[in-house]
This record gives sequence, structure tokens and C-alpha cells, in this order.
Amino acid sequence: MSFPLLTATAALPAIGAVLTAAVPAARRNAAKSLALVFSLATLALAIVVLVRFDPDGGRYQLTESHSWIADFGVRYELGVDGIGVALVVLTALLIPFIILAGWHDADPLETGDASLSSYAAGRWRPTQGFFALILAVEAMVIISFEATDVFVFYIFFEAMLIPMYFLIGGFGDRAHEHGEEAASTQRSYAAVKFLLYNLVGGLIMLAAVIGLYVVAGNFSLTEIAEARANGTLDMATNTERWLFLGFFFAFAVKAPLWPLHTWLPNAMGESTTPVAVLITAVVDKVGTFAMLRFCLQLFPEASKWATPAILVLAVISIIYGALLAVGQRDIKRLVAYASISHFGFIILGIFAMTSQGQSGATLYMVNHGISTAALMLVAGFLISRRGSRLIADYGGVQKVAPVLAGTFLIGGLATLSLPGLAPFVSEFLVLVGTFERYPAIGIVATFGIVLAALYTLVLYQRTMTGPVKPEVSAMPDLRARELLVVAPLIVLLIFLGVYPKPVTDIVDPAVKQTLSDVHKKDPQPEVEAAK
Amino acid sequence: MSASAVHSLWTTAATAAEPISKIDSPKIEYGQLSPTLIVVGAAIIGVLVEAFVPRKHRYYAQLFVSVVALTAAFAAVVALAQGGYGTTKARIAAMGAIAVDGPALFLQGTILLAALVGLFTFAERRLDPEVHGNRVDSFAAQAASVPGSDSEQAAVKAGFTTTEVFPLLLFAVAGMLVFPSANDLLTLFIALEVFSLPLYLLCALARRKRLMSQEAAVKYFLLGAFASAFTLFGIALLYGYAGSVSYGTIAQVVDGTVQNVNPALADTMGNDALLLVGAAMIVMGLLFKVGAVPFHMWTPDVYQGAPTPVTGFMAAATKVAAFGALLRLLYVVLPGLRWDWRPVMWGVAIVTMLGGAIVAITQTDIKRLLAYSSIAHAGFILAGVIATTPDGVSSVLFYLAAYSFVTIGAFAVVTLVRDAGGEATHLSKWAGLGRRSPLVAAVFAVFLLAFAGIPLTSGFAGKFAVFKAAAEGGAAPLVVVGVISSAIAAFFYIRVIVLMFFSEPRPEGPTVAVPSPLTMTAIAVGVAVTLVLGVAPQYFLDLANQAGVFVR
Repeated sequence: MSFPLLTATAALPAIGAVLTAAVPAARRNAAKSLALVFSLATLALAIVVLVRFDPDGGRYQLTESHSWIADFGVRYELGVDGIGVALVVLTALLIPFIILAGWHDADPLETGDASLSSYAAGRWRPTQGFFALILAVEAMVIISFEATDVFVFYIFFEAMLIPMYFLIGGFGDRAHEHGEEAASTQRSYAAVKFLLYNLVGGLIMLAAVIGLYVVAGNFSLTEIAEARANGTLDMATNTERWLFLGFFFAFAVKAPLWPLHTWLPNAMGESTTPVAVLITAVVDKVGTFAMLRFCLQLFPEASKWATPAILVLAVISIIYGALLAVGQRDIKRLVAYASISHFGFIILGIFAMTSQGQSGATLYMVNHGISTAALMLVAGFLISRRGSRLIADYGGVQKVAPVLAGTFLIGGLATLSLPGLAPFVSEFLVLVGTFERYPAIGIVATFGIVLAALYTLVLYQRTMTGPVKPEVSAMPDLRARELLVVAPLIVLLIFLGVYPKPVTDIVDPAVKQTLSDVHKKDPQPEVEAAK
Repeated sequence: MSASAVHSLWTTAATAAEPISKIDSPKIEYGQLSPTLIVVGAAIIGVLVEAFVPRKHRYYAQLFVSVVALTAAFAAVVALAQGGYGTTKARIAAMGAIAVDGPALFLQGTILLAALVGLFTFAERRLDPEVHGNRVDSFAAQAASVPGSDSEQAAVKAGFTTTEVFPLLLFAVAGMLVFPSANDLLTLFIALEVFSLPLYLLCALARRKRLMSQEAAVKYFLLGAFASAFTLFGIALLYGYAGSVSYGTIAQVVDGTVQNVNPALADTMGNDALLLVGAAMIVMGLLFKVGAVPFHMWTPDVYQGAPTPVTGFMAAATKVAAFGALLRLLYVVLPGLRWDWRPVMWGVAIVTMLGGAIVAITQTDIKRLLAYSSIAHAGFILAGVIATTPDGVSSVLFYLAAYSFVTIGAFAVVTLVRDAGGEATHLSKWAGLGRRSPLVAAVFAVFLLAFAGIPLTSGFAGKFAVFKAAAEGGAAPLVVVGVISSAIAAFFYIRVIVLMFFSEPRPEGPTVAVPSPLTMTAIAVGVAVTLVLGVAPQYFLDLANQAGVFVR
């Protein structure tokens, strides 16, 4: 038996989570280093996966298959296609940065009341918990990208909510404009809202998962997709549509798609910046990824049936998210609404059902992860210096902290898809792919780019330019640790902006496969059709 | 498919029903009945211990007798199952009164293990502060003394403890063992009374908040007596219809394969009104024990008032026993009537799931909250009962096993959180528990997540099993309602977690008592079963599958 590489990519952070949680209370710096080491080791394994993956090979590679719960027809089946590989590597890549960026975010408060700290001495270990939870989320996200058994995917898709919930509810920004008590209330509100939205989505998916089992008799993605393709598994049109809707609802909550998005601004606003990055850059990708992998492959006909409605919702997400981002006064909420707009683009690309659209969407997932991480983490460094999330509290930062301002600008420009930076390529592909088939929708979606320029540049202008506000006059520039976080992300943004081929090479064959599952071909170019 | 053909999906004909030649000596298969007999015998020994062993030694003697009895009875169940009595050699013993088959043995094993774990929480004596140098448990010093009276004070001062709880527990367990294996209606009724009466008593025995405890017991007794009366009346009517109290004969009369069983009842036999009303009344009695809406009114009050160890035991074991009896009644006696009872049970399952989940949201007491949660869970289990497939039986068996250990564990944690007045059950007092005692809060969070059915816990595996069975049995709308009520239920489980982990501890908050190894074992078993059944349920699903066929 060959080495179970995919299991290892998920097991390593899981083991890391357990070990980190077990570090004694007094040794919290050791816990941080341990978590970082495990996240880097996971990255190394992910790179091995990337190297071992052959883009022109079979559809699912590095597969593993073991019996798990035979009674439910569940097998522990893993395998990656190009899309999966790209996202596994993205996840493994971002987690070390998230851990580094959050290095001091979970240190115990010095001001804690004496009675509590003496009572709980040696037992309450927030720092260990914070980093252990991040690694736990990493493990579950990675296995979600690798699972080719619907049930296995579902289990980790749902279980992921629990560590995320504790990360959102248990840890917040140090300073809050309304004091710690209000912050704590808002945080637990955001955490509960996050959990309820996603749990409801997940439970509705559970009904659909059970329905799928009743129809298909097993949970294997490959078997069901094959049976669908060669006609041995017939689903009644209505059954397929209901099941599709059950799955799609859960993924649309996770992604998030308008009008199911309202948990995201709360969750991102109230959590610490690294956790906000974790939500939007990593965890939410499971939603869009699952649309590509499960919705399209299991329910091709229903996907085509639902496409018009989904495209409209995606365009609404793009425009609505961008408009609300323009109106935000809070930096983190602004990025959250910008993300909603971007997820609209991703979903648009997926359901445009063209190879350019879906390649663009997959590339978008990767690029959005990197660019949002860059922008949001720099924003977090900014916020931690001033102790406020309000845009109005800043001004003229570029004069006192030029490096911070510069990296913030690059992150912002990536968010508005400036040519030369990575997100441009993916956004362009999505729009071209959409335009081929749905010109009107493509045109409306393009306005999203204009609005993106507006909210990003206005944000930069208000915080970084103009007269230096007295509160920011003593603001230190980026420290070495912070630069170590931001610089590689920016290098990646520029590299993938100029030369996206490495990613597209891996992704394209998988996209072609997915498209053939839904029996869609790219439309013929106009010129040839006219002949 | 004909009624009898469907019937044979989940039942097999009993082998070797020997003809009775003489009336004089009844034939009793002592070996096959040994689990029940061991427990009854130990209970009687327990009574003798109360009478003859000096007071200071009674606690240890009782604990020893109970542990040995429950372990031995469990070993007997395992031996019977190994001997094939759960599958190929399933038979009807004791002159047709008791069925020895897969569901019976599986449920008996579950009840015995749950009772053993429950027993540990009964025997816990380190939570309450010592009274006059004596360690005391959760039970009243002397049940007979009026609360607040001089005699109560004298009893407390003398360091009395109510060691009678151990034989009472064993009697209740004995009744519960018979209940799901009863194969005629009279045995069913007697088993019902045998396990109910000790429970009424146990409910009244709380050391703290005695008036509340006694009030709970009176409510439980009155409503339980009503339910028993309904059951008994139903039995009479069914006897009038079929001319027999034996499950097999009634089923045959319902199917129409046998007529004229009892010439003396020629006037009433075959009267469908008797059948329908009688069956409805018996089912009503069982639904009362299960705690299904609209027969659930007693649950919150009794769960809240009873001593917490009793609540945990009762919530787990009673539910197992009563669902076992309900399954046997519906699947063995009344399959021919399933077009009549299925719509009714649909309705009951829907209101139970939704009712339990919705009302639980407004609760402010942890024990009441768990009570309503148990109602919602009864609804989920009913969804599996309605499936009327072999998968339905095994999914219900699995769910019951998973649920009972989570429940006992959760109530055991409740006993640990205390303030000056005993257990601090008001939810506001649990604020910030995660800061003060991370381990206790984390364990309770695991139980809550299992109740909520989060993947990788036993709650999810169980819920998936029953919903899958229900969907395959053509009850897809029930699955949708189940999923919706799970979402509602998740809200209040999560609320408790929020309270424990994200709220600031209150300065006058409760303390967490350090228990003896007894309660620790109970909680540890609960956590272990929750995680094992969540991550690797296959072995237990296989077990439940093998046990999924009734004998008739």
C-alpha cells in the first residue's frame, strides 16, 4: 500500500492541533511555534501533493479508499483533481501566514481580574486554544477539498463549524470602540449568527444527502457521477431538482451568496483579523468548491435548470456587495462586503458553464484567497496600532508608516483587479466566460469592477492620505514579523498576475472534465459560426 | 404485498413451540430469562440487606450487590446473544410471556449498561459537603420524615442515607428488562408497573429541594397512573377483540389468519372498534412513558424535580425500555393495522419534534432544557419507528443506545455544578463556566453537540440512521421536519455553549465539585461512547442490524 499522502495532509494539522492544545499554560510561546511548525510541515506535504499530481493524468489522483461505515454505504474515499490540488495548496499556504499574523492576538489580557486568574490558573489556556483551533479548521478544510465521498465531505463540512465558532466567539480584537463588554456581546452574537446560518444550511443539505442515498444507494462521488453519465442511474426531474437545491443552499450560505450573506460581515467584523482571513480566504472557498464538485457533477440537469436564477443572484451579490462596501465606515466590514462581491464573481464563473468561466472561477478562488489575505492582514496590523476599526479614525498614515501604506495599497489594488496583479486574470476570465454565453449579465457584472475601484481607492484615500491625524502620528511602521507575513503574499500576487500559467495548467483539465459532466460545450466563436 | 408477507420482513416465526400436553407445571427457561432473574434476585437481596446489615455497612453492601448483579446480568445477555438467541435461536420463553430475540437482548444490554453507569451517579457521595462527619449522596436522609420537620433534622444529624435507592433501582431495571421483551399484554402491563413504581419513589427522594422533588413525584405518579389505566383499559378492549392477550395470536386475528380464538367472546371478537380504540389506548400509555407530545406534560417537571442521578437514569433507561415495547407492539402485534397507526404516528412524531425543540428555546433551567430536548429526541426516534422496515428497527436500536449514554453523561455533569443551595441548575449560573472549569465545560459541550447531532458525535450517527430509515420507508417529509427541528434545537444547545464559554463568569457563580471516581467513570463512559459511536459506529450498527428482527 502506498503512503496515504492526502490523509497525511489533513492528519498532520489535526495532530498539530491536539499537541498545541496540550501545551502547558505557562509555555504559550512554545504552542505558537509548534503550531507554526505544523502548518509549515503541512505546506511541505501540500507541495509534495502538487508535485506528484499530474495535470494530464486521470481525473482523481492520489486516491485512497477504505471501508468506513458500511451500513450507511460510506467509504473513506479521498482523491484530488486539479481544482482540489489548487485549493489544498492555497489553504496550506495561507495558514502559516494566518498563524504568524495572529502571533499576539490570543495572549491573555494582563488586566484580567485577579480572582479569576488565580482560580483558573493553569487551566484556561486561550493561546493554545486559538492556534489549536486554527489547525483544526485547516485539517477539516483540507479534507473537504479531498473527499470524493459525499458523506465524508458532509461530515467535515459540518464539523468545521464548531472550531470556527469558537474562533469567532472566543477571540476578538484587543481594542474596541465601545469597550470590552459590548465587544464580547457583539462577538458572541456574530458567532451564533455564523453558526446558525451555516448549521441550517448544513441540515438542509443533510436531508438532501439522505435523499441522495435513497436514490443512489451509496455516497461515492465517482460512482454516482459515472452512473449518471452512462444513464444507469435515473433521477426523476423533480427529485434531482430538490436534491440540487438542498446541496446548493448549504454551499450558498457558506460561499456566501446574496441573500444568505448577512452572517459574513458580522463574523469578519467581530473576529480577529487572522480569523477573518481564515473565514473568507479559506473556509468560504469550501462552498464555491463544493458547487463545482458536487452540484455540477451529481446534478448536471438540475444545475442547468437553476443556472439563470443563480446567475441573477450572483450578479446581485456582485453589485450589492460592492455598493455596501462603498458605504461602510468600518474597515473590516468593508472587506467583508467586498468579499461578497468577489464570491459573486466566482459563482458567476462557475455557472456560466464555459471553460473560461470555470477556470477563471477556480483561479479566482486562489487569487481572492491571496489578495484578501494581503489586504486584510495589513488592515489588521493597522487596526491593532490605532485600536479602532473605523475608517474615520485614520488619516495620513502613509506619511508616518510608508511601508504599511504601500503594502495596503498593493492589497487594495489586487482587490480591485488591477492588471498585472493576480486577481485581474481571473476576473477577466470570468467576465469573458460569462460574456460568451450571457452578454447582458456580463455587462452588469462589469460594473462590479468600477465599484471595486471606488471602495478600494476611497478607503486608501481616507486612511492613508491627507493630513496626519494626531492619533496616528506616532504609529510605527511594519515590524519584521509583519513584513514576513505580507511580503511573500505580495510577491505571489505579482507573480501570478504576470504568469498565471502554473495554476491554469493544473486547473484546466479538471474544468474540462466538470463541463463535460454537465454536457456543456463552449459556444462557437461568432466568426466561425457565421461562415 | 399481503399483510402477513410484509409482517415477515421484520419478524421470524418462533422455532420449536412445543405443544403443551398437561396444564400442571409451567415450563420456565431459566437460562434464557437469567438477565431479568439475576436483577430481581439482587433486588430482593438488597431488601434483605436493608433489613439485616448494620446501617454503616449498608452503602457498601448495596453498592457491591448492585454492581455485581448488573454486571452479571449484562454478561448473561452477552452470553445469550453469543449463543444465537438474538438471531437464529430467537424464541418465545416462559409459556409465551417473554420473547428472547435480537431487539430484546440488544435493549436489555443497553438498559443494563445504562443502569450500571447510572448506578455510579446514584452512589456518588463526594458532591455534597459532609454532614456531621458523614458523607452523603443526593438522596434524602430519611424519606419518611416530613421536609423541615424535627425528625428530618434528627435523621440528618444521625447521618442517615437512603440506601434503599439501590434495590429500588434494581427493581426498576428488572421491570425495564421485561418491558421490551414482553410477549403478551399482561406481562407488558406488569412490567410497566414494576419499573414505574420504584421510579415514582426515587423521584421523591431528593436531599435538597425536597418539596420540589415530592411535587414532581406526585405529578409523575398521578399522570403515570392515568397512563397505566389507559393501557390497562386498552388491553381489556384488545382482549375483547382478539380473545387473547398473546402478541402472536392478536397479530393473527388482526391479519385475519385466525378466527374464533375464544368462543366465550364470540359477541365482541372481530369488532374493529374495539381493536382501534384498544390499540390507541395502549399506544397512548407507551407514548406517555416515551414522553411524546401531547403526552409529555410530566417530563419537564419530573426531570427538574427528581434527584439529578435519577433524572439521568430515568431519561435514558425508561426511554429505551418504552421504545422497545412500542416497537414490539407496533411491529409484532399491529403490523396489520399499520395503515391506521402510521398516519397517527406521523402526526405525533411531527408535533413531538417541533414541540420539544420550540419550547426548549424558552427554558432557563438546565434540567428543564434537557427535558424538552429529550422530548425532541423522542420525536426523532419516532421517525425511525414509523419507517416500518428492518432498517427502521435497527436504526431505533442504535439511536437508543447512543442517546442513553449521552443523557446520563450530561446529567452527571449537571450534578457537579453546585452552589450553596445544591445543584445550580439555573442557566444564568452557568455563565463563564468554560473559564472556571474548562474541562467540565468542554465535556458538557461534547454532550450538547451530540444532542445537536453535529458530525463525529454519536448523535449524528443516530440521527442519520433514523432519518435514512425514515426516508427509505417513504417518510421523506418527516425527514424534512426532523431537519428543521434539529436546526431549531441546535439554537438552544448552542446558547448553552455560548453561555459557558463566551460569557463573563459571575462573581458569585457556582463552584464545580470534584467528584469521586464513580461519577468520573460515568462521565468518561459517556464521552467515550459519544465519540466512538460518532467516529466508528460500524460495529454497533452491525450489532443493531443483526438484532433487528423480532420473534413472533
